[in-house]
Formats: sequence, C-alpha cells, structure tokens
Amino acid sequence: MRASECDLVIVGVGGQGVILISDVIGRAAVIAGKPVCGAETHGMAQRGGSVINHTRIGCQFSPMVASGGADVLLALEPGEALRFVHFLSPAGVVLVNTRPVLPSTVTCGRAEYPPLHKILSPIKARCRKLIAMDATALAEKAGTAQAMNVVMLGALAGYIPLSEDLILQALSLAVPPKFLEANKKAFALGKAEVE
Amino acid sequence: MREYLLGNAAIARGLLEAGVGLVAGYPGTPSSEIIETMVDLKSEWLLHVEWSVNEKVALEVAAGASWTGRRAAATMKHVGLNVAADPFMTLAYLGVGAGLLLICADDPSCHSSQNEQDSRRYAQFAGIPCLDPKNPGEAKEMAVFAFELSEKFNIPVMLRPTTRVSHARADVELGPERSSPRSGQFVKNPARRVALPSHARPLHSELLAKQAAMEEALESAPWNSLALHGNVGIIASGIAGLYAKEAIFELDEDISLLCLGAYPLPKQLISRMLEHVSRVMVIEELEPVVEEQVQMLARKVNPHVEILGKGGFIPREGELDYLLVRNAIARMLGKAERVAAESAAVSILPPRPPSLCAGCSHRATYYAMRKVFGKNAVYPSDIGCYTMAVGMGTVDTCLCMGASITLASGIRFGGETEGICCSLGDSTFLHGGMTGLLNAAYNKARITVTILDNSTTAMTGHQPHPGTGTTARGEATSPVSIEALAKALGAGMVETVDPYHLDETVESFQRAKEYAGLSVIIARQPCVIKARRSGVRPKSFLVGEECKGCKICLDFGCPAIEFEKDKARINALCVGCGVCAAICPAGSIREVAK
Repeated sequence: MRASECDLVIVGVGGQGVILISDVIGRAAVIAGKPVCGAETHGMAQRGGSVINHTRIGCQFSPMVASGGADVLLALEPGEALRFVHFLSPAGVVLVNTRPVLPSTVTCGRAEYPPLHKILSPIKARCRKLIAMDATALAEKAGTAQAMNVVMLGALAGYIPLSEDLILQALSLAVPPKFLEANKKAFALGKAEVE
Repeated sequence: MREYLLGNAAIARGLLEAGVGLVAGYPGTPSSEIIETMVDLKSEWLLHVEWSVNEKVALEVAAGASWTGRRAAATMKHVGLNVAADPFMTLAYLGVGAGLLLICADDPSCHSSQNEQDSRRYAQFAGIPCLDPKNPGEAKEMAVFAFELSEKFNIPVMLRPTTRVSHARADVELGPERSSPRSGQFVKNPARRVALPSHARPLHSELLAKQAAMEEALESAPWNSLALHGNVGIIASGIAGLYAKEAIFELDEDISLLCLGAYPLPKQLISRMLEHVSRVMVIEELEPVVEEQVQMLARKVNPHVEILGKGGFIPREGELDYLLVRNAIARMLGKAERVAAESAAVSILPPRPPSLCAGCSHRATYYAMRKVFGKNAVYPSDIGCYTMAVGMGTVDTCLCMGASITLASGIRFGGETEGICCSLGDSTFLHGGMTGLLNAAYNKARITVTILDNSTTAMTGHQPHPGTGTTARGEATSPVSIEALAKALGAGMVETVDPYHLDETVESFQRAKEYAGLSVIIARQPCVIKARRSGVRPKSFLVGEECKGCKICLDFGCPAIEFEKDKARINALCVGCGVCAAICPAGSIREVAK
C-alpha cells in the first residue's frame, strides 16, 4: 500500500507559473473526488529564486513529498530540474522544459550556466524516463510564451491519475476566460509533444 | 462542497463560517493571504477588514471590536507577535466581549523570516489556549472552534499555523456561514476593561484559575486523538502528527499514537499513553513544549517510561519533514533508516538566490548612497525586499521592523565617527520606524535616514499602507505624507528624490552627508512589479557598438544586463529605468526611440 496515489514535484523559477499547475491539478482531483494536498513556495524566494511545489494526489498525509519519493518531477527550467532531482524516485519520470532562465549570478558574470547536456545527463542517470522539450517555443506557437506552464501541464497530463477532461475543466476555472483558448492550445501542444 | 484551498484561504473561510465581524492584521509571510482572502470574500456579517499600521495596532483594534460584542480576529506572522506582545499579555487578564482570535503564523526553518521563534511558548506565557493545526482543513475548523472557546472562557485564543499549513493546499469541506450581529456596543465595565493594579491582581488570579477548566474542556477536543496499540508510543503535535501517521503506515508497526492540536495539553490523554507504553517519542517542531509536559507528567504517572525526543532524535531547530520523522521512529525501533537521496551534481549549477527585480529603484538608491558615503560608512538596514541588496555593501544590519534608525542612532552614540546612512522601506517606516526617527531627532543623532518609498508593502505581496491612499478593501483614504511626517518628527533636512534620476539622487545624498544633524532622504519610485501590473509602458534601452566591455554596468547587478562576447547586452527583463545608461562611463547604453 502506498501513502499516496501519485506524488508530484513541480519546480521552476519565481514568476514561471508553478503554482497555477498545482492549482489546476488540485482542482481536478477535487472534481474527481480524490483527496489531494500540496505545499508551495511564497514570500522571499519568489523574487527570481528557485521555487518548488509538492502535490500529492490521493493522499491524506502530509503535503510534502519525501526526498526520493516523487513519481513525476515536472521542471519548468532545466537547471531547477537538476537542483531538485533528489526528490525523484528511481522509478520516476522527469518532464523538463529545456529553455534556461539565467540567474542573476550568471548575468552578472559571477557564475556560468552549464550546457544543457551537462544538466540532463545526471538527471537521466537517476530516473526511469526523461522527456525534454522546448516548452517556451511551443507556448509561443500557441500564442503566448506566458503559457509555457500550461504546455508542461499538457505534457504531464498522461502521467497523473486524472483524466484529461477533468484537467481541462479545472484549467478553465483557473485561468481568465480571455486567455483560455491560447491555454487550451498550449495544453494540446504539450500533450502532443510527449505522445 | 469541497474546494482546493490554500491554508490561509481556508483560515479566512473559517473566520467567515464563524461569523467574524472584524479582521485586522499587518502583512507578514506566511500569514498575509488570510486578510487578502477576507477582502475578496463577500459576507453581510463582516463589517470591517483592515491592514493595520502594525501588529500591536491590529490586535488592539480587534480587541476593541471584540469588546463591542463582535467576533474579531488579528493576523500576523510570529515575529509580529513580539510587536503585539504588550496588548497580548494583558488581554489575557482583561478577557473578551465576543470571541477574540489571534492568528499567529510561525515559520520553522526561517523560509521568509529573521528567526524561528515558537509561538506556542507565547500562548503558554500569556496563559491562553493555542490551537496548532496540522493541515488546511483542520485550520479552518479550528478557526471556528476558537471563537466558541474564547467566548466560553472569556479569553483570547491563539491559532498557530506554520508555513507548511498556511502555504499548504488541500481539499477542504466548506461549511455554512454563521450569521452574527451587525452592530456592536461597548459596555462599560472598569473592573474588566481598565487594567489598574487593583483590577489586574484579581484578574490574574482569575486567569490562573481558568487554566484547569480550559485544560479539561480541551481533553475532548477533536484535535487531540489517542489510539492505543503496542507498548511503544508516539506523541506528536500539529503537522508532526501527519508525518508520524505516514511513517507508522509505511513502517507497518503496531505503535500507539497520540496526536495533539490544542493547548493547554490534555493531561489525561497523555497520562493514559504514559501508563500504556514503556517507551515514547515526542515529535514536535521547534521548542520541546509538549516534551517538557510529558516529562513532568511521567514523574507522577510512570517514572520508568523512556522518553525520547529533542537531544538526539528530533531537532530543536528547522522544520521537520517526513523522512526525518520516519527515520527517528525507525531508529527508536531498531529498524533500518532510509538514506535521503543525495542532491545530484548541483555543484555545476549557478546559485539562484532571490534578488531585487530588474529596474528595482532600491538598487539605484543604494548605488547612489554607496557612491556618496563610501565603503567605510555604516549602513544599518531593515526588513523588506531591500534586505536582498546585502551584496551591494549598503546593508550592514537587519534586526527587526524599524530597527535601522534606532541601531544607527546607537551606533552613532556608541562613538562611531564614520558616516552613518540607514535605510528602510515606506511600509516598514510607518510600521516601526516613526518612533525611532522621533527618538533620533529628540536625542540629536547625526545620521541620515533613507526611506525607500516604493509606495507599497512589496515583499509580502503588495499590500496597501497609510501612505498609499487606499485601504485593504480598495477604498480611497487620505494618504499620509512621509515628508510631513519626517519633518513633524523632527528631522532637520528632508529631501525627496526620484532614484531613477541618479545625478539628483547623488547630489541629495551629498547634502545629507554634509548636513550637521538628522537628515531624511525619501527615495520615491513605485515598485516595478506594481508599475508593470498597472500597465506602465516601459522604455527600451540597448547597448551600442561602442561598449568597451568594462563591466561597470554588470557590477550594478541588474538582472536585465547580461554580458555576451565581450559586450554588455540588455535583455527582455528591462523595464526601462535608464539607470544603467547614467552609470555607463562610455555612454553606450541609450534609449531606443519607439
């Protein structure tokens, strides 16, 4: 018996829309009648820092995923995928947006951002499956780079125990109506990318 | 109906379901979203929601409303209770009218705080009940229950969520909204409302006499639950109870479990546990509040029971997590611990510390300040976004809200002869800086005080304050003039600058440095996040071919400036403040005509 049906860790950089993804999943789980809980980053860390969100579907225990316990690591930024990969179970799946967001330490020239393959190979070594995509480019294709998080949500949809219909229903509750079409398009592009 | 709610939104919902009439608070992570949610909730019973000037004010306003017979709540973060400690301690004597709830959000691990004090100690100190929720659903139920408890015992009650409750989300069952009176009236009762020594003495006796009855009432509270199984036991408080339950589930052990969520602690339940087991582990975040009580009770009930907890098994600092609790229990049972997965190759990753936004005016102000006062000057600073500028060399201290001015004064009176230029934000100044400025003027401190005025409470999510001209509910109110305040408090020189105009800012700091008294510089420019949200169209800048690659603009530290192939480059984060153009010695950064 597992303590949780599905443990998700969603990571990225403040402002990328990590919380929206977990909010949509949580709402979808509630519609499905499953217990759901999560924990998120607010406050100081949001100012361009790393953010991490834990979401546990079908779980009535604590809101945080244990180190080494996540079924899926969804990363909106490649470096952040590596920073938090220790949360992943060895049998877990990683979905990662390959578009880097350079931290101020790099733009100021005090540190270097490693090439993508150096980030992805240690991740690959400790998961069952790694799917990398330029979600930012896909979101631009859908009409707005802002919808990158929803592209990643589309990619994630097949890996969580919630139907696509429910996720889309929850998405329509969570985003303003005028952006819904672009977001639905972004979702479909993300989903197609992993299929 | 169930909804996926943030812990703080669940608490707000609980206040509504309790028929609260007034809520007052000062923003502070992790508590801010309670009032933000209240503002959006519609209720015919909720008369007044406010962002107060500080936590002391918030608690006093809430107490006043309670004394008119309306249920009232004050919200704050844990360190805010230090500010509100004065009314807090004596309100426990005076008691309430209708229920009075103090919501004090703790931050184990200092995610967004300067310390990790445990507010359960404060509740114990004041002699009031404390409810310690484990998740958002329980926090909501406790908010409702707290008012009943408060009214039953004529005492304020503390609800103490932690970051992992306030900023957790969960599916929460919504209940009906309770109706409540729409107007209140203050009833005169000097013996209970005027804390003269002759009144305080009997009220103190009364407070002490209530303790046993409150404890008795909480024995059967649903937040305390005992399940007796094997002869090894766990006593866990708040969220630690969830970690313990999950660990017992995973380890598949026949362990007795007592989960606690209400203080004063249920002595009968604890005694039953102690009589039943030969060994017990107390699991709680931060201070050994439960453990001390368990130790005391064990002496009476079962002196042979082995008590484990702080000092070896459970840390006294930082927050707990599942693995830590699981391994502590496994160790107690002599079972294998699970090694935490190691962070992978993170050494190749550049650090990503939180930092000031691209175009943040604080950076420009600090640049000008440093340029004028130099590296030997002393720069006391304060609590706000600007504390993140610690790398710029203009943040030498950060203690508590408003302490920049008073520390600066003390440093001067201590004999420091270098320049002293302190800084604090507008909201921080109004919260706790005004008395310090008055004190500096009165006692003739020769310092410069810089008010970093971005016209909002930025760090906690852009809440309005008395300088902004709007209330929590978005109603217009008369904005206070910080210039007039500074002059009234006694500053000899008061100047206002726009930090985006670097030359004028430098000149103003120069005059302040030379001024033989107390000078105040108000550096005013709206927060870039707010400006962007309100639709201010940014200017565009670019770096021309004549860039010599001197990196002076890079040292400025704006995330919108990058370095690529020996030349600086302006990236998409630029908000067009133009400060880098003023800094560039080659004049190669210029505005792009649209």
